[in-house]
Amino acid sequence: MPLERARKIILGIGNPDRGDDAAGRSVAQFLRQQNPRDVEIIEHNGEATSLLAQISGASVALIVDACSAGAPPGTVHRFNVCAAPLPQAQIGLSTHGMGLTEAIELARALRQLPTRCVVYAVEGTQFDIGAGLSPPVLAAIRDVAARIVAELDETP
Amino acid sequence: MARKTIKVGYLARVEGESAFKVVVRNGTVESAELNIFEPPRFFEALLRGRAFSEAPDITARICGICPVAYQMSSVHAIEHALAVQVDAPLRALRRLLYCGEWIESHTLHIYMLHAPDFLGYAGAIDMAREHADIVRRGLELKKVGNEIMTLLGGREIHPINVRIGGFYRTPRRQELIALTDRLTRARDAALETVRWVAQFEFPDHQRDYELVALRHPDEYPFNEGRIVSSRGLDIVPSEYETHFEEIHLERSTALHSRIRERGSYLVGPLARYSLNFDRLSPLVQETAREAGLGAVCTNPYQSIVVRALEVLYACEEALRIISSYEEPDRACVPVEVRAATGCAATEAPRGLLYHRYRLASDGSIEEARIVPPTSQNQSSIEEDLTSFVSSWLDLPDEALRHRCEQTVRNYDPCISCAAHFLRLELDRQ
Repeated sequence: MPLERARKIILGIGNPDRGDDAAGRSVAQFLRQQNPRDVEIIEHNGEATSLLAQISGASVALIVDACSAGAPPGTVHRFNVCAAPLPQAQIGLSTHGMGLTEAIELARALRQLPTRCVVYAVEGTQFDIGAGLSPPVLAAIRDVAARIVAELDETP
Repeated sequence: MARKTIKVGYLARVEGESAFKVVVRNGTVESAELNIFEPPRFFEALLRGRAFSEAPDITARICGICPVAYQMSSVHAIEHALAVQVDAPLRALRRLLYCGEWIESHTLHIYMLHAPDFLGYAGAIDMAREHADIVRRGLELKKVGNEIMTLLGGREIHPINVRIGGFYRTPRRQELIALTDRLTRARDAALETVRWVAQFEFPDHQRDYELVALRHPDEYPFNEGRIVSSRGLDIVPSEYETHFEEIHLERSTALHSRIRERGSYLVGPLARYSLNFDRLSPLVQETAREAGLGAVCTNPYQSIVVRALEVLYACEEALRIISSYEEPDRACVPVEVRAATGCAATEAPRGLLYHRYRLASDGSIEEARIVPPTSQNQSSIEEDLTSFVSSWLDLPDEALRHRCEQTVRNYDPCISCAAHFLRLELDRQ
C-alpha cells in the first residue's frame, strides 16, 4: 500500500492547560491553519502506547514537545532520534512515567520507528495550570513551524 | 549481616511517585514501609460546592489509567442518593465501558510494567527488543480497550460521555458491531496472553489475606454488588464506612485502610477472582485451570495470570454485550434533585473503589468521600514485604531489591489515585 508507506505526520504533544507545555500543540495548530499537503497533523497528550500507535507505520514523523532542560526560554532543540535516543533526563518527562522517550524507544525496539523521526523540543519556563504560553515560547512557535515546513520540503 | 536496609528511592513501573524501605535486623524483617510522596490533590475538597452533575467528569480526572472506575463509582453513588434507576441497555453500556477500561489497564500492566520482572528485563523496552511479537500483541490488545473507551466515553482518557441518569449520547448498534472483529481477535490475544504469563516462574508465596470484592447474584462484578469478604463480611455498599476505616500515617500522602475489627485486607484481581470464580464464563474457568490455577488464588505473584484471565473475561463480556445490544429509546433517564446522601462501590481494575456524596437540596455537593483501591491495599503491600523478604535474605542486594520491587508491582499500584488527604488542616494538628 503506497499510501501507507508515504504517511507523514506532525505530532504536537502537550497539555493545552499547562502554560508552555502547550508549545507542541500550538505549533500543530499553527501549521494546520496553513493547510499543508500530504501531511497529517495530530495533537496528542503524550501517553506512550497511543503515541507509539501514531508513529508506527509513518515514514516521516516530526514531533514537537515542550522541555525543561535549563536553556533560555524559547530555545529550540532539535534531535534526530533515528540516530540516538532522546536525552532522557530533559525531554519527554511524563507524569505517568511513560511518555515520548519511551514511545520512541519502544518503536525502535519493535523496529517500527519511522525512517525519519525528528523531535523539536521547545524550552519552556512556566507550566502553571490554566496559564497561556510565555512570550519567549510564543515567539518560538513560528520559528519551529518554519523549520518543520522546511524539513518536510526536503523529505521525499 | 547484623542489619541491612533495602531502600528504593523512586519506584519505577508504577503509576505515581513512591518509594519503599525495608529494614532487616539479624535475619528478620524489622519493618517494611511503602512511602507515597505523590503530592495530595484534594479531589474530595474540590468537589465540595460543585453541582452533582459535575462529579463524573471531575472524578475521572483522578486517574489517566482508570478514569472509568472513578466515573462509575461517582455516577452510581449519586444515582443512589437521587434514587435513579437507569434502563437496562444503559446499564449494559456502562458495563461495556468498564470492559474497555479493564482491557486497557490490565494489558498495560501485564505487558509493559509487570512481565519484565518475570523475564529478567529492566523494562518493557528491553523486553520488546527480544520479544517484539509479544509486545506488539499486547499493544494491539490494549488498543481495543482504548477503542471501546473512545466510542462510549467520547475519548480515550478522561471520558466525558457519562452523566447522572445514563449517557449524553448512546452509540448506534452499527458502531458497536464494528468493534466485533477486533474484539474477537482481542479475545484470542487475551487467551494467548494467559498461556504466556502462566509459564512464568512464580515465587511460592501465599498469604492468608482477607479478600474483599463485590459480589453480584449473576455477574462477575464490575458496577454493582454486595461487598463480601473471605472472612464472612457481607454488606451493602452503604454499610462500608461502618466496617472499614482509613487512617493517616505521617510518612505517606495516601491513607491506609483497614477493616475495623480485623486490620488489613486485599482488594483487586486476586480477591475478585477468588470470591467470584463461579461467576466467570466457562471459557475463562477452563483457561484458568489450564493455567494451573484453582478457584482461589492467594499467591500475589500470580496476580499477573489473574489479570490476564480478567482481560479474557472482559473481551468475552464485551462481545456478549455488543451482540445483544438494542439501541435505547433514551440516552438518560430523568433525574430529580433533592438533599440526600448516596454511596456506591465498583470494581476498578486495581480493586474496590468506594465513593460517597452528600448533596444539598439544590444538588450541590456538600461532602465527598473517595476510597481508592491502592490505599486499601497499602497495608497488604507492606505485610507482603515483611513476610516474604525474610526468605530471600540470601539473595545478593540487587536481586533482593528487585524482588521487593516486583512484590510491590504485583498490586499494579496506582499511587496518584491513592494520594489524597481528606482534611489537611486536621491532619497537621
